[in-house]
Amino acid sequence: MWTFGAIFLLAILIPLFDHVYYTKLVTRISVFAIAAVSLDLVVGFVGRVSLGHAAFFGIGVYSAGILANLGITQIWIVMPVAITLAAVIGCFIGAISLRTSGLYFIFITLAFSQMLFFTAQGLRMYGGDDGFTLPAATKWFWGFDLSQPRVLAYTMIAALIGVVYIAQRVMGSNFGKVILASRDNPRKVNSMGLMPYPYQLTLFTISACMCAVGGVGYANLNEYVSPASISWIQSGEFLFMVILGSAGTILGPILGAAAFVCMEQVFSTWTEYWMFCLGIILMLRVLFLKRGLMGLITKNGQ
Amino acid sequence: MSAKPILEVVDLVKSFGALVVTDRVSLNIVPGELHALIGPNGAGKSTLINQITGELEADSGSIYYEQSLINPKNVSTRARLGISRAYQVPQLFPSMTVAEHLIVADIAASRSGFQMWKKSAGLNDLSLHQKGLLEQVGLSHLASKTTASLAHGEKRQLELVLCLASQAKLLILDEPLAGLGPSESEQMIALLSSLKTKYGILLVEHDMDAVFSLADRVSVLVNGAIIASGTVQMIKNDPLVKSAYLGDEINAH
Amino acid sequence: MSLGLFIEQVFNGLQLGMILFLMAVGVTLTFGVMNLINLAHGSMLMLGAFLIAFATSSVKSFGLAILLAMALVFALSWTIEKVLVKYLYSKSHLDQVLATFGLSLFLNDAVIMIWGREPLFVNLPTWLEGPVQFTAEFSYPLYRLVITAVAIFAGIVLWFLLTKTRLGMQIRAGAEKREMIGALGVNINFLFTAVFAMSAILAALAGIMLGPMLSVQSGMGEPLLILSLAVVVIGGIGSLKGALYAAILVGLVDTLGRMVWPNLLGAIVGNIVSNAAIYILMAFVIAIRPAGLFGRRMG
Repeated sequence: MWTFGAIFLLAILIPLFDHVYYTKLVTRISVFAIAAVSLDLVVGFVGRVSLGHAAFFGIGVYSAGILANLGITQIWIVMPVAITLAAVIGCFIGAISLRTSGLYFIFITLAFSQMLFFTAQGLRMYGGDDGFTLPAATKWFWGFDLSQPRVLAYTMIAALIGVVYIAQRVMGSNFGKVILASRDNPRKVNSMGLMPYPYQLTLFTISACMCAVGGVGYANLNEYVSPASISWIQSGEFLFMVILGSAGTILGPILGAAAFVCMEQVFSTWTEYWMFCLGIILMLRVLFLKRGLMGLITKNGQ
Repeated sequence: MSAKPILEVVDLVKSFGALVVTDRVSLNIVPGELHALIGPNGAGKSTLINQITGELEADSGSIYYEQSLINPKNVSTRARLGISRAYQVPQLFPSMTVAEHLIVADIAASRSGFQMWKKSAGLNDLSLHQKGLLEQVGLSHLASKTTASLAHGEKRQLELVLCLASQAKLLILDEPLAGLGPSESEQMIALLSSLKTKYGILLVEHDMDAVFSLADRVSVLVNGAIIASGTVQMIKNDPLVKSAYLGDEINAH
Repeated sequence: MSLGLFIEQVFNGLQLGMILFLMAVGVTLTFGVMNLINLAHGSMLMLGAFLIAFATSSVKSFGLAILLAMALVFALSWTIEKVLVKYLYSKSHLDQVLATFGLSLFLNDAVIMIWGREPLFVNLPTWLEGPVQFTAEFSYPLYRLVITAVAIFAGIVLWFLLTKTRLGMQIRAGAEKREMIGALGVNINFLFTAVFAMSAILAALAGIMLGPMLSVQSGMGEPLLILSLAVVVIGGIGSLKGALYAAILVGLVDTLGRMVWPNLLGAIVGNIVSNAAIYILMAFVIAIRPAGLFGRRMG
């Protein structure tokens, strides 16, 4: 795991220098990595393709924004609110969606996130389609708040570590074994006396909560709150990070997020048609790259 | 064998459109009995088993397990009550090791699936009972191999062992000998023999040697209906059974 | 609310329904026959709209412009199938989602590169403009009637193709039971390419017809794509009958709903519910019938 050690070191050290651009880059990677890891729990472990995770990301974004608008910025309040909201909505969406699989699941998760997208668009007091500027950054104590790039970076890195740790523990437990068995052969799991559904719903809800945490960070990173964070394109980008990094590995999506953000930055300095390049990369990735970035690393020796 | 039956099927009926696949089937199994279900291909044995385990819903009729009606209950509930099935095509978890299969079976039996934080058992934590099961079928040396890499015979062994790893009281074994070579068959028959009296067993098989040497009672299913049910001797001598299914095979015995 | 307004909205709903039907047929066929999820389907609609805008500015006759646009879409979709899509059939749903998502991003930016970011406008020939006067009080735009009629006509042609021709029989067999295609001794490559091109043409036809009515810009196909996915889910994947009934249902519910919800629930909530109503309907259908109203297979 030398690669991750190196990446981690880099992530910790970069914000120490006063270079705002690179610090924000590390933050952006961390935020997306949180979303990608959370999505991987559903894609790689439950085994269904969710095209609607931007909904939970957006719940985090809007929680931070609306609470700030109401004058509430303490992180001890903002985070739990975002997480609770995501848990409730995630559980609802998961309860219905997990009754389906395959294509139906993809369409349904997409549709639910569209519902939230329209809801956000329809909130005229919060800027509607344009969104609004984050009135005040989410705060820690002692005067530290997330408008300070270094504080935000370390907060999000810590959150990412927390998310990864929880994911590893959960997947390493009895619960994780049931999830993996259900992914491999749900029929057999049933004939052993267990029903996959409650386990998958629980993991789906956890995934939603984690994604919302990323959303709170994203609102502070951009200092902006808009429905674009709930768009299906955002969901598609998260899926790309998961598959780029290798689904079902927990750590892989972090590489995927890092690669995505770097490509995004590099390409948008060359051309204004960044989506065009992303599209080509996506098609090439699917056609030619078998195992994702994580596969490349583990093959070369962990 | 006058004990109360562990499984009782009464007048079970199932049709697909105009085709009647289960035609007023009744049979019972008492605890400790090995009851064989035989019949030509297409007789409806799989359909019948699927209705007993709950994967298929009967149109009418009743299924009693330990004297209580289980018709409305789903597959996992029936499994928790003690009905365990070994599938004809082994149903395994390709990404998991042999040991992990036993661990999952244990998680199911001990209802500890929602332990989400403590690390689950691993290869080194297998109980004596679990290790014993692996030894019984000769899979000990493969404990850390993923099942995707197992040979067909080994997969069958594991499939059977998983039934034994749960706290089952009724085993439903779907052609456990199919596709096994002669020495593997011998091992399997010896294993099945050792299970008699400990479990109620419903054995679906085509291998008549095995059936006649293992079974306490035999039921014959032809075109969805039971045409005969009784001891091995009775079945061997039943003219209806001979003409419908056994034919010349019987003369060899 | 006047009767005239109500009838007008019913007509609009039917029109939207027929457009969604054209889109949904493509989705349900490509998934039914080739097990392919195609998120670039909305881009086909967009291409139809852009190409009609391009064609009408290049040739005098509107009819010729339509033929030109459709021919270009046909050629383009044939190429896309041969270069990218045919490699996706054997891949996982996740791979298909990502590859076709990438294709849609590629196409969405490509049209910007070629035609710029400003929306294009399509000029209707004068004989298609203007209202049709039904009664003294009630008139309805001629063009909208024409669109609905064309979509219904396309549906009939499709029905004819699927029930009366050999190719159609093969497609229907494949949509219902994919394993049968091999047994029928069919040239699978040709069949798949044909189905893909057909679904692209239907989507492009929808785009061609909508071009004069909407502003032609990048990404215009996505909202309709997502709505048509809801139609397919409600109707049941693989079922053409389901696609038709669900499309009309969705068209009517959506259009009439936008009239009703703001009155019932106030401006803000009414607006949100108007947009979300179809998805709420979809969630409801899935909750009681996970395979859709007419669906036979799960996913």
